[in-house]
This record gives sequence, structure tokens and C-alpha cells, in this order.
Amino acid sequence: MKKTLAIAAVVLLGLNLSFGAAAKTLRLAYDADPVSLDPHEQLSGGMVQLSHMVFDPLVRWNRETTFDPRLASSWERLDPHTVRFHLRQDVKFHSGNDFTANDVAWTFKRLKTSPDFKGLFQPFKELKVIDDYTIDLVTTDPYPLVLHMATYIFPMDSKFYTGEDDKGNPKDMLKKHADTFASVNASGTGPFIVSKRQQGVRVDFKRFEGYWDKESKGNVDEIVLTPIKEDPTRVAALLSGDVDFIAPVPPTDLDRIRNNDKVDLITMSGTRIITFQLNQERRPEFKDKRVRQAIVHAVNNEGIVQKIMKGFGTASGQQSPVGYLGHVASIKPRYDLAKAKQLMKEAGYEQGFSVTMMAPNNRYINDDKIAQAVSSMLARINIKVDLKTMPKAQYWPKFDERAADIMMIGWHSDTEDSSNFTEFLAMCPDKETGYGQYNSGNYCNKEIDKLILASQGETDEGKRAAMLQQVEQMLYDDAAFVPLHWQDLAWAARKGVHIEDIVNVMNFPYLGDLVID
Amino acid sequence: MIAFLIRRIGQALVVMFVISLLSFSIQDNLGDPLRELVGQSVSEAERQALRDQMGLNDPFLAQYWRFLRKAVQGDLGNSYFFKRPALEVIMEKFPATMELVLGATLIILLLSVPIGVYCAINPRSWFTRVMMGLSIVGISIPVFLTAIMLIYLFSIHLGWLPSYGRGETVMIGAWESGLLTWDGVLHLILPSIALSSIMLPLFIRLIRSEMMEVLEQEYIRFAWAKGLQRRRIWFLHALKNTLLPVITVGGVQIGTMIAYTILTETVFQWPGMGFLFLEAVNRVDTPLIIAYLIVVGLIFVVTNTVVDLIYGLVNPTVKLTRGLA
Repeated sequence: MKKTLAIAAVVLLGLNLSFGAAAKTLRLAYDADPVSLDPHEQLSGGMVQLSHMVFDPLVRWNRETTFDPRLASSWERLDPHTVRFHLRQDVKFHSGNDFTANDVAWTFKRLKTSPDFKGLFQPFKELKVIDDYTIDLVTTDPYPLVLHMATYIFPMDSKFYTGEDDKGNPKDMLKKHADTFASVNASGTGPFIVSKRQQGVRVDFKRFEGYWDKESKGNVDEIVLTPIKEDPTRVAALLSGDVDFIAPVPPTDLDRIRNNDKVDLITMSGTRIITFQLNQERRPEFKDKRVRQAIVHAVNNEGIVQKIMKGFGTASGQQSPVGYLGHVASIKPRYDLAKAKQLMKEAGYEQGFSVTMMAPNNRYINDDKIAQAVSSMLARINIKVDLKTMPKAQYWPKFDERAADIMMIGWHSDTEDSSNFTEFLAMCPDKETGYGQYNSGNYCNKEIDKLILASQGETDEGKRAAMLQQVEQMLYDDAAFVPLHWQDLAWAARKGVHIEDIVNVMNFPYLGDLVID
Repeated sequence: MIAFLIRRIGQALVVMFVISLLSFSIQDNLGDPLRELVGQSVSEAERQALRDQMGLNDPFLAQYWRFLRKAVQGDLGNSYFFKRPALEVIMEKFPATMELVLGATLIILLLSVPIGVYCAINPRSWFTRVMMGLSIVGISIPVFLTAIMLIYLFSIHLGWLPSYGRGETVMIGAWESGLLTWDGVLHLILPSIALSSIMLPLFIRLIRSEMMEVLEQEYIRFAWAKGLQRRRIWFLHALKNTLLPVITVGGVQIGTMIAYTILTETVFQWPGMGFLFLEAVNRVDTPLIIAYLIVVGLIFVVTNTVVDLIYGLVNPTVKLTRGLA
């Protein structure tokens, strides 16, 4: 069965190639291909990128970090607990089924069972179907991020996923590391249909004829996605014309691509913050605010961005990037070696002390080099650092053990909202509630916890912004962690492929709207 | 012969058992497979539940026993990433790797024999000196560097050859071949050169020194004295005996070459077993890692056995006179 399918696919592909002279094909190279076709199996950048190709969300982010209508054409808040969405009526799934409110309800129910999404959808009590094209999203408590979360609701074709597959398992079975129906079959409303998939080698997409968004200027008929893991090879494939569009672009090759007149480079300041956490439980010295401040003052993060990141990042003094509610414009990086020495002296550690530090070496851009730079910067205030770097696969278990005094962590807010940073990185660690799950510093300030919890129930944007900004200010004053920078994002494409119109700070290129000359 | 084969099969089983035990016992040090399977904000309780479900929390011996029981039935477990039997995934990638090794072997054979012989016959010629110099350079440059330099020269600068992947492939039964399409052959050239770059200099030097040794021997002098033609002496009498040790080393090196495919395939995004393995390590896809190690162990045993057999066939006396095998 599989073999005949594969042969048929090869034949079809051959036919496509011979007829495809006029068709616009985008050859796309990412560093990895999607792990599954089931949008609920894993919450990762790659999976959301896939979801935007094969499915459509209710609403989606735009360049101004506000929301554009997609399958929901409009919405309004009925009361602090309820947001009503009006759905588009002219939408069909790839299978030909009509899209209705029942599909959204079905998808919502499935999201609530997904290990990766159920936490994010915790605040939601239910999804009420009012009529075929109207739904209410109801939250247990007043919740400000309903629209943020609606960007994760990619309605799936409930009829298509109902029944049993040929192994006798239910078609909607959601299981990691298992050969489920949904992980190899997909029917969404999105601009592209997966026509062929060879995991780890290539994924072929073709445009969905019945796509509802007739206003989209997108003119790509086919996409061939190839994962190219090695940075130099990915760049070489673009420069030699073997592919049209690559992401990510390694910082070492930015200049080469910028100076090449056959390709375009687009960069954007990103939202992933890179930090070091100072473990107060392991090191009594770090309990002293002055020591933490001294360390932050000793780390020249602007220098790191310039020298190590080659300008491919934005040095930061806080967690929230520009555009987030909690961003405080007045907080700047604060490198000042003299002040750092002064603070160490005041704290009584003029002679310094020795600490251990751990960082991954293949998770964030230049992570190991950054860690080396920081450890030599700390040497200048007499803190001797014993640094260990390791691949991420080994790093995360160490991080969970809190195995070193200073540990690196980068964070991208899944909700694209400030409170998510603090919730995971800086709230008092609590096994029961899961707050502070990645707070290896054990920094704990009840005041901040209160503010964050209050902000999660505050639907007035102005009041909420004030709370979140207060949190950033307190974290800054307390030197709760060592902020380094926000990683930039970069994409590159051959001239004539207008990616500048479709890329965004969330790093979900809206390929359905891509125009190729 | 039969007894020899049975003994070899027994050895192969022992080798694979040891490999499985070793790779199974290092899996805890590889990292946590869960990390690659779940998003960042999944709670610890949720992770524990998943670990329980996957049997990762069972004691080592229980896990290993479960693995062994299935392994004797040919089931090496399901890959976490591919969600299919690990052995099936590896077998799918096997043709890509074999064709790459074949390409590299052809380059080595076609170049090393003539160059090696020439260098042995004309030890003082400028060509010999250049070749000997180049071969030192070739051995010393790491494969991935050679590969990247090849890509920059032939794909970006000259634009002659494609930079990555296998190109168009054709299914022959279960064997996915890139050798039958022009596109596939073009894609094979650079990776093959890169892969051969380590072994080629080695073989040139090996053939040269073996040949020089053979040329010094009594029977060659006797042949000269008899007034035989030069070509006949060089290519018939001398070359034949030169190639015997080359076959042995060659057989062993084919196994080593499979190891080198890990680097070559990664740089060229070649969808073979080596690339698969490296990715599996990064993703802590333990069942796939173990299955790969066992399969490669088997390939080593098989190639060595075949070489021993060929060796016996080509010259039964060699085993007695030289203990190289």
C-alpha cells in the first residue's frame, strides 16, 4: 500500500514537473521539517509554522502586534468572562466539508486534551456554540488574553478526523511518538495541502483550489520544503540558487548575504530573551541584592551583541521586548564596571568567590561563546567561574536539577505577552501550580507574584500594562536575573520572492500571501 | 567454509548483543527524550505522566529485558521522531548511504590504482612528488571542511553542481535509487568526492609502497632478467601481488567509510543513515540510535567476513605467508 502510494506520488510529481512550467514553485529550506502533521501534537515554532500553511487560526498576529481576522471575521467582548466570535461562512476544508462552529468546538475540546496546549488553555472554561457561525469563548475568571490564545485555535475538519483508521484506532487520537492518523493526514482550511511528505527529507505542498481568502495576493502554487540542518549548507543552497527562501540565517553569513546582489536579507528584532539566572538557593552570596546588581553591572551585554552576535540582537535590561505591554522604555542595559566593583565592595565580597556556570552549546545563537564572554567579564569583579557547556539534550536535564550556580535560559513567550516571561522565569517556584517552572535562580518576590496573578485577570489593557511594567521595574531594581539580549530574526530569499511582506516578529511567515515575480 | 560461516554468525550475534547493551546503558547520558517531544511550557507532572506512558521510568534491567525480548523478534522499537519501527526507518535510508559509499569507492578505485602504480614506477618524477604532497594535505583536512570548500567552489562560484540533497530519485522495488537519473548522479558527485577525500590519499600511498616493495622482490628481478615486457611485469606480475593487502585494507575501510558518511551526509543534507544517526543523537531518539549502532555493527561483521572469504579465494597461500588478515 505504502509502496504503491510512493510510486504514485513519484509519478504525479513527475507529471507536475512537466506541466508546471507556468506554476510558481517556492523551494523553501528551514533548519528542520515539522515533526508531525497534527497541530496539537507539539507546541513549537516549526509546528505553528506548519499550522499557518495547512490550517487557519481564528485570528492571527499582524506586523503591528495586533490581530487580523481569519476564520473569525469579527469578535466582541460580551462580559469579562466571554468573548463572542463570528465565523466566516464561505469556508471549506481541504476534504470538501463545510467549516462550521462545530469544527471549532471539536478543535477546542481536543486542544484541552493536548499535553502541550492544555496548560495554555487552562483559563478557558468552555466553548459555547451559539449557532453554526457564532461561538462564545468562556473563561473561568476574567481573562485578558482570549485573542492571544485564539491565534492557537486552528480549526480542524471534525468530520474528517471522526471514525477509525485502518489500524482500528480513532482518527482523532492524539499521541506523541505514535503512528496516529492525524500525524500523517491533515484536513484544514489553510492555503496549502500537503501533497507528499518524506519525513526529514522533504515536504511538498500544493495550493488549495478552494481557499476562502480570495483577497490574498499570494501566487505560490507549490512549495517544496527541505530541511537543511547545517548552516553553511543552507546558505550555500540559497546562494547557488538551489532554493528560494531560507530561515534561519546564521549570523556568521549575514554580511555575505547582504552583499550578494542576487538575494535579499530581512532582519527583525526578535522577542526571545536570553538571560542568566543566579541561583540563590545554591549560593547565599546571590541572596544579597548588591551582588546580583554587581553582576548585572559587570556584564557588558551591548559588547556581546556587537562582538559575538555581530549586531544580530538587541541588548536588553528587561524581559519584555518593544511592543509588549510590560515593556518599560526607560530600562536600559547597565554595564558599568566601576559601579560593579563598588557594589561588590559594599556587599563585602571585594575578594570575590568561585561559582559554577552551565550553558547549552546548540540551543541559542552563539550560546557557548556568550557564556564564555560572561564568565570572563565576571572575572573582572573577582568572581571566578567554572563554566561547562553541553548540547541541549544534556543541558535540559541539568537545568531541571538546577545543577549549577549560574544557568542560561532563553525564553519566548508562547502567548506573545509579558506576563508569560515572569510566570515561568521569575515567579516563586511552586511545584503545585507550576509557576516559576524555569526559575533556576529561585528568585522569589511575593509582591511580583501578586501583580502577575492580578494581571492575568485584568481585562482593562491600560491597568494591565501598568501592572506588567511595574513588574519589569521591580525585577530590574532587584536584579532578579542577568538580562543579555533579544535574539534577532533573519530570513533570506532570492530577489523576486517578496518575503518582506509576509515575515513577522512571531516567525510564522504567512506563506499563503507570498508573492513571487 | 560452512564451519567458518557458522562461527562468524555466532560472533556477529555476540557483537550485536554487546553493542545493544553498551548503547542501551549510555542512553541515560544522552539526555531526556521528552524535551524534544514537548513544548517549553508543559508542566513537570505532565512530563512525568508521559515518561510513565513511554516506560522511561522503569528500572534499567526491566527496560533492557523488554528491549531484548522484542529485539530477538526483529523489533528494535519505534523511533520517537518518525513514529515507525526504527529498523524500517534505517532500511529506508540504507540505499542513500550505500550509493554514496559506492560513489566514493568508485572514485577511490579508479584513481588510486593508476596513481599509486605510477608513483611506484616513477618515484622521482615531479607528478609523484606533487601527489605525495597532496595526499598528506588530503589526509589532514577534515571531511566537513573539504565538503564545504567543494560546495563553495562548485555550487556557488562555478554553479556546476547542486549543493545539497539527493535530487530526483527512482524506486526500484524497495530501493530508492538516485543513480538512474541525471539529476541524481549530479547530486552524487560532490558528496562522493568529499567522502573519498580521506581514503583516496591513504590508498594511493598504500598501493605505492606495496608496489615498490613488490618490485624489489626476487621474482620481479627474475622477470626482468628473462627480458619480459615492461608492461607485463608491472601490470600483471607486480600489480597482482600488490592488490592482495589492498583488498584486506579496503574491506575494513568500507566499514570505516560508513562511519565517515555521518559527516559527509550532514554537510550535504544527504538523506542517508549517517545523517539520520546524527539527528537522532540531537533529538535523543534512543530507539533509533540503538538500531543504527546495531545495524552498523552488523555491516562491519559482514564486510569483514566477505573480505576474509575473497581473500581465501584469491590466494590461499597468503594467509600462511603473511599474517595481515
